[in-house]
Amino acid sequence: MRATIDLDGLGLDGGGHLLVDRALGGLRPGDELTVTGRHPALRLHLAAWCRERGHGFRDGADDSAGDGGPLVVTKGAATGQRWRDARRAGAANGPPEASADPRWGLAARGALVEAGGPPIGAHWSERDHVWADIAPKLYAAAAASQWDPATAVDWSAPAALPAEVEAAVVQIMTYLVENEQAALIIPARLLSQVHPHYREVMQLLASQAADEARHVEVFTRRGMLTGGPLGTSSAGGRASLQSLLSEPDFTTASFLLSVLGEGTFVDLLRFLHRHAPDPVTADVTRLALRDEARHVAFGVAHTAHTARADPSYLGVLRQAVERRHAALLDTAGLNTEVFDALVLLAAGSWEPAAIEAGWQAVHQLQGQMDEGRRRRLAYIGFPDDEAAELSALHTRNFM
Amino acid sequence: MTGLLLGAVAYDPKVVTIWDGFRGWLRGRGLDFDYVLYSNYERQVTDLVAGRIDVAWNSPLAWVRASRLAAAAGVTLTPVTMRDTDCDLRSVVVVRTDSPVQSLAGLRGRTVATGAVDSPQATLLPLSLLRAAGLHPGTDGDNDVRVRRFDVGVGLHGDHVGGERDAARALFAADPADRADAACMIDSNLLLFAREGTLRSGSVRVVGQTPPYDHCTMTAGPAADEAAVGRLGNLLLGMDYADPSLRPLLDMEGLKEWRAPRLSGYAQLERAVDEAGFYDAKGEIRASDYRP
Repeated sequence: MRATIDLDGLGLDGGGHLLVDRALGGLRPGDELTVTGRHPALRLHLAAWCRERGHGFRDGADDSAGDGGPLVVTKGAATGQRWRDARRAGAANGPPEASADPRWGLAARGALVEAGGPPIGAHWSERDHVWADIAPKLYAAAAASQWDPATAVDWSAPAALPAEVEAAVVQIMTYLVENEQAALIIPARLLSQVHPHYREVMQLLASQAADEARHVEVFTRRGMLTGGPLGTSSAGGRASLQSLLSEPDFTTASFLLSVLGEGTFVDLLRFLHRHAPDPVTADVTRLALRDEARHVAFGVAHTAHTARADPSYLGVLRQAVERRHAALLDTAGLNTEVFDALVLLAAGSWEPAAIEAGWQAVHQLQGQMDEGRRRRLAYIGFPDDEAAELSALHTRNFM
Repeated sequence: MTGLLLGAVAYDPKVVTIWDGFRGWLRGRGLDFDYVLYSNYERQVTDLVAGRIDVAWNSPLAWVRASRLAAAAGVTLTPVTMRDTDCDLRSVVVVRTDSPVQSLAGLRGRTVATGAVDSPQATLLPLSLLRAAGLHPGTDGDNDVRVRRFDVGVGLHGDHVGGERDAARALFAADPADRADAACMIDSNLLLFAREGTLRSGSVRVVGQTPPYDHCTMTAGPAADEAAVGRLGNLLLGMDYADPSLRPLLDMEGLKEWRAPRLSGYAQLERAVDEAGFYDAKGEIRASDYRP
C-alpha cells in the first residue's frame, strides 16, 4: 500500500513540510508518498520543496494550470547519504574517550556527528592531558557554590580601623587583586584550548575563571571601601605572576598555578581571615578561600592523574619549577609592603611585643605554606626529599 | 588533453569557497582545471564565445545570450551539465491574501513589483506571463500594469536574491504610496521568504504561475578541449553527496547531484527576452536601462 499524508489546509509555507518529512522518514529511497491537502498553492510548494531536498515529485495534473491529479513524492537518497558516514562522539553518559577526534568539533559528547565540517583546533584532545576523575564532581560543587558579591558580603559592616591598619588591609587587597587577575587569565586561556569532548574540564575551568572574576571584584571593593587610593604593585611581584601566564602546557600551567600557587594562597587566605581586623575583610577572604580550595583540588587531582599515567612527567614538572625559579632569581619576590602589612595585621597594634608576635605569625604562615606544598607534591608522586626541595624553590611571592 | 578554464560569476563570497573546493577536487582526479570569477554574466558570456575561457557556469539568461552570440559568430557551444535543482522551476505572481485581485487580468491598472531588470525568474519570465494574460506591463506611463523594479545586483541575472526580496517586502510597505499590488518571485523563494519571515505564513496568495522552465547550465565554448570537457562532465556527474569533503560545497552550490544537460527548458525565456527586447537575435544587449 502506498504511503499517504494529508496536510489538511496547511501549506509548506506554514510548516507542512514537517508532516511530509515525518511521513518520508519511514520510507526507503525510491518509495512513493502521496500527499493530499487543501492549500491552494500545495502543488507549487511541494514541487519547489522536493527539488531543494532532492526528492522526486510527480504532479498528476502536470500542466501550467496546476490542479487536479495526485501529488506524489518519491523519496530521494540525500538524507541517507548525508548520515551514511556519521559516527557518535563517544557516549553521552559514559566516561570521555581517551582521545577526542578533532572532527567531532563542537558536537556534544554522544551526539551523532555528520562527517565533514571543520576540525576543531584544540591543543588538548587527549584525556590524560586534561582530565581528572573528580572533575565532574568538582564542577557540580562549583556550580552549587556560586555566590553573589552584592549579597554574600555585608558591605555595610563597620570598617573604621586605625589609619595604618586600614592601609595594611588596602595594600594586601591590592596585592590580592593582581594575583587573582593572573588566576583568572590562566584558566580562561586553558579552557579555550581544551577539546569540548572533555566538557567537565571546560566547565570547571569556566567556573574557576568566574570565581576569580568575583575575587577581583570583592578584593577591589574592600580595597576601595574607605575611599582611599589603592596600595603598591611591585615589579618583582608582577614578574613572578607573569611567568605563570606564559606556560604553554596544560598540566604544567595547572600545576604551577593551582597546586603550588593557589595551594599556597589557601594558607594565605586562611591567615587573612583569622587576622581580619574588620568583618568585610573576614567575609571576602572566607569566600575566596572556599573557591580556591576547589581549584587546588582539581589541580592536584589532574596533575596526579597525568603523573600516574606517565611517571616521567614528574621530571617535566620539576623542570618547570626550576625554570621559574631561575627566571625569578633576580627579582625581589614578595612586595616588602605586603610582607609588612601581613605582620601588622597579625600584630594588631604597634606595641613591640605585638609586632614580634605578628612577625612570628607570618613566619609560621610561611612554614604552613611550605608544609602544604610538600604534602601536595608528595600526593602527586614526588619522593619526600624532592618535594621539600621543590617547595623551597617556589616563588617568594606566594602565587 | 589540455586544461580547462571555467568562468563563474561572483554573486556571493561563497562562490570562491565553492570553486576553490571543486578545483581541488577536480585536480585531485587528474583534471588540469582552474577558474576565474566575473562581476557580471555579460562579460563571462562574451569571453566564452570569444574563446577566452573554456567553460562557463551560466545563468539561464546567460545561456540564451551565449547561444545567440555563438550562432552569430558561427561557433559551437556544448552543454556540459546542470544541477538537479535547475530543472522544472516556476515563477509565481503573488498578491496579499486580502487583495481583491483574483487573477492576472485583475492586475490591470495596478502595480507589480519585480526583481532586477536582468532577473529571469523575478522579472523577465513573470512579465512574459502577464503579457500572455493580455496585459502590457512596463515602467512608463503607456502601460496598463506599472512595473516597480528592484534593481539589486544588476548583471548577476537575479542570482542575488535581494531584488526579489525587496519586491516581496513591497507588498507590505508601510506607506501606501510605496505598496505594490503584486510581487514576482521564484517558487522556492516563496517558501524561503515564509521561512525567514519576509512573508508571514498565509499572508500572500498566488494568482499566476509560469509553466516549468530550467535554470543554470554549464556550457563549453569553442576554445575548450573536447576530451577535457568530457572528463569534466563525467567527474561532475560522479560527485557523490555522501562524500563529506564535497557535501558542504554541493550544499553551498544548492544541489544534491549534477545531471546530464538538457536544452528543452529555455524556450519560455527566449520568448520573454524577445518580448522585452532585452537581447537581439544576435545576442547584443538592447535593453536601454540595463547597465551591468
